[in-house]
Amino acid sequence: MQPGMEMEMKLRPPAMELPPYPPKFITLADGSKLVIRPITREEIPTILETIVPLIQVERDFYDIVAARFYSEMLGILRYRVKDGFCLVGTIDGEIASICNSRLINPKQGMSYHTMTIDRGLRCGAQMFAAKMEYHIEILGQEEVFIVAESPIGFRRWMIEYELEYRPEIWHELGGPPTYVLTRELYFKAKDRLVTGTRPVPPELLKTADKLILPREYPQLPGWKR
Amino acid sequence: MRQVGIVGIGTTSFGNLSAYKLQEILAWSACEAMEDAGVKKGGIDQVIVGNMSAGLFNHQVGVESAMVSILHLEPAMAERVSNGPASGSSAVKLAYTTIASGLADVVLVTGGEQMRKLSGWEATDVVAAMTHPDAEYPYGVTLPALAGMFTRAYMAKYGLTGDQLAHLAVKAHGNAIHNRWAHTQTRADHAALTSSPDAPVINPMVAEPLRFSEVCPVSDGSASLILCALEVADRFKRPPIVIKGIGSATDTHCVHNRANLLELSAVRLAAERALKMAKLGVGDIDIAQLHDAFLILELVLAEEVGFFERGKAIEAVLRGETKPDGRLPINTDGGLKGRGHPVGGTGVSQIYELVKQLRREAEPERQVKKDAKVGMAVNFGGFGNNVVCTVVAKQ
Repeated sequence: MQPGMEMEMKLRPPAMELPPYPPKFITLADGSKLVIRPITREEIPTILETIVPLIQVERDFYDIVAARFYSEMLGILRYRVKDGFCLVGTIDGEIASICNSRLINPKQGMSYHTMTIDRGLRCGAQMFAAKMEYHIEILGQEEVFIVAESPIGFRRWMIEYELEYRPEIWHELGGPPTYVLTRELYFKAKDRLVTGTRPVPPELLKTADKLILPREYPQLPGWKR
Repeated sequence: MRQVGIVGIGTTSFGNLSAYKLQEILAWSACEAMEDAGVKKGGIDQVIVGNMSAGLFNHQVGVESAMVSILHLEPAMAERVSNGPASGSSAVKLAYTTIASGLADVVLVTGGEQMRKLSGWEATDVVAAMTHPDAEYPYGVTLPALAGMFTRAYMAKYGLTGDQLAHLAVKAHGNAIHNRWAHTQTRADHAALTSSPDAPVINPMVAEPLRFSEVCPVSDGSASLILCALEVADRFKRPPIVIKGIGSATDTHCVHNRANLLELSAVRLAAERALKMAKLGVGDIDIAQLHDAFLILELVLAEEVGFFERGKAIEAVLRGETKPDGRLPINTDGGLKGRGHPVGGTGVSQIYELVKQLRREAEPERQVKKDAKVGMAVNFGGFGNNVVCTVVAKQ
């Protein structure tokens, strides 16, 4: 063992082996294809770089979501978050939306954040749906704990999925009351809110191979990368 | 009566302006209009604000006084006009009569609303509050519900399909993406909206058979005009676009009291009155702005005004006749569906667009190709129970 690794291994949370999220694609209203796939550990720095410009955008609570998203991804990168994952949605390879979450135990999930760069095409709604699909259908979990930090999130998650109100449950994001997506609620909402096609044709999947950082942020008029 | 012209125009962007105060949103477009006209200090005699319901949307009344104050326009006269989603055009109508009667020479008209402080559901409820308080609202009627019912009846009578209606969404988005002030800044793809396996989720039913892509967004925004008596138009730096005719009419408050659900008689009467006043015929209209809060209304209003036979407007749309390069361009700014619909602001923004087009100052991609001389705006209050039509023309 390398020097220092003994202590490091004591600090790292134990990890579960998670079945991978199978990529899918969704045809958006403008005809573009949103490819949703899991990210690799090596891609986390790209996600961090994607998030940074939004940390000071107050509008629609991007600041708090971005700052927390950044710390959560850093926690996953540095092995300080147990069983965390992140999905990315790309359009022509460019990052359009991201979401992350983690497992508390095999039966319960802790939803973290969903953040969209390319707005107006409901990418965020599809990323959240994909995250719930992963928790419930692929990881086989019973329920996911969810909070909303913005009115948009509250409308999209709490109201549209008719989430169960359980304020007595502790959520890692603290503060906002916890709501819960149960398996029953997920399957009740699935036809209405969850979509996508698998497998992703190889040509299309290839566009999402190498993540392209967003060139522009609608939240930051005039900002260009 | 004196003749009246428009010598200045201004607009905000439409969309989510919840970071601002309502009076700031109103003042934004007002400043642009005054700048456009070259209004000098003390040059505004009267301010008229078209605003549907700041009381319910913003818990604010007296918005006309707030606007005079923020713009330091004292001691100008000031009033607010409320006529549902036709508040903007009603404000223009009041400004017109004020000038024509000689009560004022120069009037600043601003139409605007800030709806997005509330959730979409709450905003829909505020708008629904204009339905009949005893016979409609208590039973859960909303404007999308009325539009859905209307669309279903129209489809049954004229054979319109959802697939055809989606072409209107494509047109609205296609115009809006070339309008930098529009709420909607994304293209719409017909196949993605209708036949993709993802269509039921990305384009869900809102009020069957109306889908998400066929209903206007909830928007904040304002637009402003400077109106003046033509005899003083030389005070300003822009040549006037003349208001040739204004007509308005009402219909039964309850939709179910109408003899024929599919006839919007207030639209027909308002247009007839405006054209009669203008001494023009429907064939003289080169460009139109029609109140498409729900896309079905673009078709029905075009037919009711007389641009097309009943049930035939969709054929003209499919032939491209209503595109900016078509025979009769309609909703070149994206319409309410694409540009957005801050209810009290819509009527003024429709006339803003007509002036922009008649001056040939629209973005090249949506500037009408023909040499348009006369434009018509139809602003629809309630579900067609209080309608205002305005005809404007180059001098």
